[in-house]
Amino acid sequence: MELYISEFSKYVIALLIALYTFESFLVFRFKDEKKRSAGYMRQTIFMFALHFSCFIVICFETGDIAFLFFYAFQQIVLYATAMLFRLLYPASNRLLVNNFCTLLSIGFVMLTRLSYKMAVKQFIIATGSLVIALIIPFFVHKFKFLKNLQWIYALVGMAALGIVLILGQTTHGSKLSYSIAGITFQPSEFVKIIFVFYIASALYKASGFFEIFTTAVVAGVHVVILVCSKDLGSALIFFVVYVLMVYIASGKIRYLFAGLLGGSTAAYIAFTVFSHVQVRVQAWKDPWSVIDSAGYQITQSLFAISSGGWFGLGLYKGTPDSIPFVEADFIFSAIAEELGIIFAVCLILICVSSFIMMMNISAHLKDKFYQLTAFGLGVTYIFQIFLTIGGGTKFIPLTGVTLPLVSYGGSSVLTTLILFSVTEGLFMIRGEEETIERQKRKEKKRKMRKKQKALQKLAEAERMIRDEEGEEFESEED
Amino acid sequence: MKKEKNLNPKKTKKNKTGRQIMSVTVFFTCLFLALAGYITHYSVTHQQELINNSYNGRQQMLLAQNRRGSILSADGEILAKTVENEDGEEVREYPYGNLFSHVVGYSVNGRLGVEAQANYYLINSNAPLSQKASLDVNNEKYPGDNVFTTLDVELQQVASTALGVYKGAIIVTEPSTGKILAMVSKPDFNPEEIEAIWDELIADDDSSILLNRATQGLYPPGSTFKIVTALEYVRQNPDTFGNYNYQCNGAITRGEDRIQCYHGSVHNSVGFTRSFAKSCNTSFANIGLSLNRENFASTLDQLLFNRELSLSMPYSQSNVDVSEDTSESDMMQVSIGQGTTSITPMHLNMITCAIANNGTLMKPYVVEHVENCAGSTIKSFEPSVYKTMLSEEEAAIMRDLMTNVVTGGTASRLDGLSYTAAGKTGSAEYGTVKGDSHAWFTGFAPAENPEVCVTIIIEGAGAGGDYAVPIAKRIFDAYFGV
Repeated sequence: MELYISEFSKYVIALLIALYTFESFLVFRFKDEKKRSAGYMRQTIFMFALHFSCFIVICFETGDIAFLFFYAFQQIVLYATAMLFRLLYPASNRLLVNNFCTLLSIGFVMLTRLSYKMAVKQFIIATGSLVIALIIPFFVHKFKFLKNLQWIYALVGMAALGIVLILGQTTHGSKLSYSIAGITFQPSEFVKIIFVFYIASALYKASGFFEIFTTAVVAGVHVVILVCSKDLGSALIFFVVYVLMVYIASGKIRYLFAGLLGGSTAAYIAFTVFSHVQVRVQAWKDPWSVIDSAGYQITQSLFAISSGGWFGLGLYKGTPDSIPFVEADFIFSAIAEELGIIFAVCLILICVSSFIMMMNISAHLKDKFYQLTAFGLGVTYIFQIFLTIGGGTKFIPLTGVTLPLVSYGGSSVLTTLILFSVTEGLFMIRGEEETIERQKRKEKKRKMRKKQKALQKLAEAERMIRDEEGEEFESEED
Repeated sequence: MKKEKNLNPKKTKKNKTGRQIMSVTVFFTCLFLALAGYITHYSVTHQQELINNSYNGRQQMLLAQNRRGSILSADGEILAKTVENEDGEEVREYPYGNLFSHVVGYSVNGRLGVEAQANYYLINSNAPLSQKASLDVNNEKYPGDNVFTTLDVELQQVASTALGVYKGAIIVTEPSTGKILAMVSKPDFNPEEIEAIWDELIADDDSSILLNRATQGLYPPGSTFKIVTALEYVRQNPDTFGNYNYQCNGAITRGEDRIQCYHGSVHNSVGFTRSFAKSCNTSFANIGLSLNRENFASTLDQLLFNRELSLSMPYSQSNVDVSEDTSESDMMQVSIGQGTTSITPMHLNMITCAIANNGTLMKPYVVEHVENCAGSTIKSFEPSVYKTMLSEEEAAIMRDLMTNVVTGGTASRLDGLSYTAAGKTGSAEYGTVKGDSHAWFTGFAPAENPEVCVTIIIEGAGAGGDYAVPIAKRIFDAYFGV
């Protein structure tokens, strides 16, 4: 019986995520959120069905029905989030809400399977983060002064990173976090968002040489601090976000090339100077030759992704715990092993659809500050995913960043939820802009019509006068 | 009018930013599609290779869940199976003992042979779900999938018996498909005892029992290499090679170096076919001296010398050194397969197969298909073309030359039988003592429409014509049921 359930569930789970993913691209057919709502409804159903079937499998495999209570809590929180978002912000974008709920639920499932303790911790943090996420769109929407805090962002960002470098705790060779009152923070996560706000506020008015130079210095300080803290993944994210934001702000492709050139040079210097960079590159080029040292993680990760096949081995059927730090840096590999390649690829595509929506929001924003912010946040999000999945699969060298919303890590979950909710706020601003635009257009049209009418009247009057005068002339000539 | 002009650039600027944002979107989307494609491709293509890695804990997981499957011959005889002994422990049994020691191999201590090559299939179970469910109830292991090989028990037995106590190797293949029908390497061992004798074997540096001589043994090819030299001469003289003539007086000298015919024979006036049939060393040294070395090097490359082979079993790489700088003395040695040249029996068999199969080499393989315990095929391996080694015309010329070796040359013991045969003998001298030689034969039958290829090496036996050819005859007899 168990066997039939676990075999059958593999296909059900793969089908549900495939349907969900399909819907998340289908919504782009329509420009109007209202027309998309049927698709969103179906997505919600698939999401809950997926979450439920995963937990049924967990209960069967562990023989512990108590997991259903944990599931019920998750379900309530996610459902409440989706509902409250719609209630509080009728003009919000539901694709983003659905996607972050789905990603969170996948994370809960995988973490429950890997470590129940971590899953509970993650759930509590996520619940708190969701409450914060619910308020943020309101602030983004109302607080127009966010545009003017340029130097505050810069100072807060550099200070937060600097403190970690000086006082931070070293975890696995990198200085990433510090503790306040027993809670461990990883500031580089939050600073990502502050940094985007900084660049957007510094460049939205003008993006001449002076502005670009000053932002380059500030961005450079961020990156150097991170490299010194050995947090190479975050350093790379800051760099890429900076270069792409400058490109969009200035509209000049030469800044993009200059940035890439500078970046490559810096990377090369880092490679020659820092031994830990060399180790990473070596472990990427040929992990098999250093399989018992630097290449251990990546090779174990490759074993995992290659052993699942299309439909995976099934939850609890694999050995993802053989990868060190699987729950944070390599959760994608664990998913590929136990839930299969189809599931893993769908997961990637869900992230991509969120990214496309963010870019779509950015492209349609009229206000340059908001546009840059939306763009920067989207790039931050997608590039981090690229680093973690690409790194865990030997596509690119490993940098050790989390898979947003899915991986274990409180700071990461909170930051990503803030990122999503800020984007929601921007989406609402865009909606408002459109309404204003529409009204303006209407007004303009009305005015134009009025003007035209007046002009017509004037012209008529003129003609009449001329006609009369002409007659007079004519008669005079006669 | 003025107002409109002002509006326009603003509008295009707006669109430009939109376009740039979209281009970034497209870039990342493509990047992720590439990533997804890469992950899918990687995981599907590396599944087996990675599961066989000793650092991969999933092997243990699978073995705890499934009982290792059996290895069977082409006609379904069990060559290896896992059974439970009295203590309830799993043991691997090899019903034929030493017979398949290298080709089927062993499943412990790093694994060898089919046990290594098909490990992935043997430790996985595709048993029907209903059966798995009922086994679950009884808390029993699932039966692993069974691997069917291309091996023929009878041919293997004949080959092994024929080789007797000699060291050496025999490979029997089907040139039209690349199927390996028999592969013997001696000295051999009993795979059931491998754990018991392991330490002793490893401690003894001189012992080469674990070496599969058929694929890993590097030998001087001796006169069998004249197949290659002759082919190159035909290539360089496509219209005139038939007019070749040479006066053999038993030796040829270039400076200090002197090449003699085997056992001091003198062949007098020999043409091309007769030089090959009689295996005249002096004539072939003479031919070698006339060859364009650059072209020769490229032919050697085409015939997979000095190259990695795409074989699914451990092998050694054959060596031959021909370049523009090769001295005359070395050229004479190379042309008759002596000097620094070395080849594996497998590689020689592959060249022979290509000649037999109209120039096209089929990829040699030993795992034919995989079945689950209920007999449904899980995976089957089809014959595939390895590469074209020579043209159809060249292959026909070579077959003709090799037929003449049987009808009027060194392999005359294969002449006048119920089937026709063709081949080339070799007596490869080794070591410093003059006269010590390995006996070679490589050939096929029937000569006009080859069905089976045989390559034989017997270490230190003497002349190929005297020792290797009779073994070939016994194998051909068995194959044709004579």
